[in-house]
Amino acid sequence: MKKIILVIFCLFIFKASAIALVEVDITRGNLDPLPIAVSPLHVESGSKDIKQNGKIIKNVGEEISKVIEINFKRSGLFNPLKKESFVQNPDIAHVKPRFEDWRLIKAQALVTGKVNVSEEKLRVEFRLWDTVAAKEMIALAFSTTPSNWRRVAHIIADKVYQRLTGEEGYFDTRIIYVSETGPKTQRYKKLAIMDQDGANVKYLTLGNELVLTPRFSPKNQLVTYLSYFRNLPRVYLLDIETGVQEVVGDFPGMTFAPRFSPDGEKIIMSFAKDGNSDIYTMNLKTRVVEKITDHTSIDTSPSYSPDGKYIAFNSDRSGLQQIYVMKSDGSKVKRITFGKGLYGTPVWSPRGDLIAFTKVHKGKFYIGVMRTDGSGERLLTENYYQEAPSWSPNGRVLIFYRETKSDSEGKGFSAKLWSIDLTGYNERLIETETDGSDPSWSSLLSK
Amino acid sequence: MIVITAMTLPFMKRSPIDLPPILTVDLIQITDKTSIPFAAKAAKTLEKLKKKEEERLVSEQAPPSEKKKEKPDRIPLPEDLNKEKKQIIKKKQNPEEIEEQIRQASEFEKKELFDPNQIAALIDKSKEETAETLKKSEKLTQSSVKTSFASGLTLSQEDALKAQIFGCWSLPLGLPYHKNLLVRIKLKLKPDGTVLRSEILDHARMNQPGQGFYKVLAESALRAIRICQPLRVPPTGYEKWKDLQLNFDANEMLKG
Repeated sequence: MKKIILVIFCLFIFKASAIALVEVDITRGNLDPLPIAVSPLHVESGSKDIKQNGKIIKNVGEEISKVIEINFKRSGLFNPLKKESFVQNPDIAHVKPRFEDWRLIKAQALVTGKVNVSEEKLRVEFRLWDTVAAKEMIALAFSTTPSNWRRVAHIIADKVYQRLTGEEGYFDTRIIYVSETGPKTQRYKKLAIMDQDGANVKYLTLGNELVLTPRFSPKNQLVTYLSYFRNLPRVYLLDIETGVQEVVGDFPGMTFAPRFSPDGEKIIMSFAKDGNSDIYTMNLKTRVVEKITDHTSIDTSPSYSPDGKYIAFNSDRSGLQQIYVMKSDGSKVKRITFGKGLYGTPVWSPRGDLIAFTKVHKGKFYIGVMRTDGSGERLLTENYYQEAPSWSPNGRVLIFYRETKSDSEGKGFSAKLWSIDLTGYNERLIETETDGSDPSWSSLLSK
Repeated sequence: MIVITAMTLPFMKRSPIDLPPILTVDLIQITDKTSIPFAAKAAKTLEKLKKKEEERLVSEQAPPSEKKKEKPDRIPLPEDLNKEKKQIIKKKQNPEEIEEQIRQASEFEKKELFDPNQIAALIDKSKEETAETLKKSEKLTQSSVKTSFASGLTLSQEDALKAQIFGCWSLPLGLPYHKNLLVRIKLKLKPDGTVLRSEILDHARMNQPGQGFYKVLAESALRAIRICQPLRVPPTGYEKWKDLQLNFDANEMLKG
């Protein structure tokens, strides 16, 4: 009995002490981009200049910090502070920052570093600091060839992004797209590739054959695309690293939108056979073709879920073009879009939580996202003509292309690459030398 | 004819790719080797903290004991001592009259809140509303009562504190939308509102796979507290609010 009383007494005491704790719910905060200072990387004494493409880069430390800043700015998540406001010099800041100086300019994070270029070797060291807690968050060094300095900048930006947001970055990536020149009625289309920030553009085809829908493999630097030969599209595989290219198969009729499976071992596409378009897969090792859908309607634009278990595609089997999801063997087909308008080009997010799509409604084109069951539709951007969304490898940003109206003579027409993040507020033009369409984002190069 | 056909194939026409090869970038972990002077001390502190965190985790599951609570088990603030001095100076700069005004307003609202007639009126009104709204209003009333009686802060005092922290909390914008985005931080405060100790209550989540965002969120919350301090606390009743729990909840903001 005494024990019971003691237990009750203890419980009462604990309860009383629990009640005494003040709890305050903080449900609002500041949604502005995080103020971050990127101090120019200190170039060590004795460090050499970098010679690249006939140009001499004298202060590679400053150039690296500029690339990092541009990445941050474009992400919409960070606000790189102006260098003019920095109080501390890069050489001292890298050893031990005076945090009060950085807090004074409202920087909540600080990137410092140093660079040394010796014979055929570039060594970059960087640190990320939490200026408020006055502590180091990451410290890493990279060693590579001097011509690789832009990649080092992208990798640093990725590391900082990951540390400050908790999700993987997407800066050390490439984008493959169709470069377009000439009037609308006579476009020359070449396959082109560039870094995600628009630098290092290279053209992979000559432009004397029409190329369409290039798509990166999620696993490596393989690209699949369509190219017309004798008015018939063929599916090609191109290894970006080796330059080796091959025709993967001779498919009957029109072929559309080849895309890799998540493991990179298959390509999935649609082609029209006997006037009916269905979805097929092809195993790249065995070259065995398998029919996935078998319906009298037009089934196109297939895209695998990242786990490879499901496929999203568009079909007009309900009368209008809508998005459907099925198991990867073609079973359990389920319509997921029921909104007004037409839905197409579904692309499963690498995170697996969302599907991006193009919607056409009342003459306008929208790029949007929805959950994989079709709920929670959010239209991110609206325009005269835009389509072909492709996800960044971290599933946070979409790249797509947008065309402008032309007059009766075809003048005023342009096609440009744009990106938008999931908030829908951070929409940016990606500068390219020529017009561009059909972009596809690579996976991280450093993975 | 075959040769001509073959020559027109796109892959035959292709010029060699003039792309720079993807060179490897060697990654070197430099934290241990080239760390700044105080890093060695920090490493020792971290080791100690790890042990304490383990102890704390056990103690969280076990019945609470007052002795364990008194142990310093917070994440270290390297410039605590300096900060404490600075904050005291800051407090001197703040006119006490303002604190008084807040207190007076709080007393007024406190009286209003616990006017029995008003509660009765609220209950009467709620009868006319839908069942869902009824539930919400009941919850609100309960939490208000808890806030005033149990927590030691009046509504206006709580609002002042919230408003202060809202301005200091920079929410990480890359957080996932569909995860649990609640971080609970327990604080031990000084009478002037400066933070003596801070402790993330769900610290174990930080090390769980797929919870990288939680660490980022928790850090942003700690940063907000550091930027904000000294916190706007009432000038009296220190014993009631010296232990304060802040629940940083990003769910509502990100889900819109």
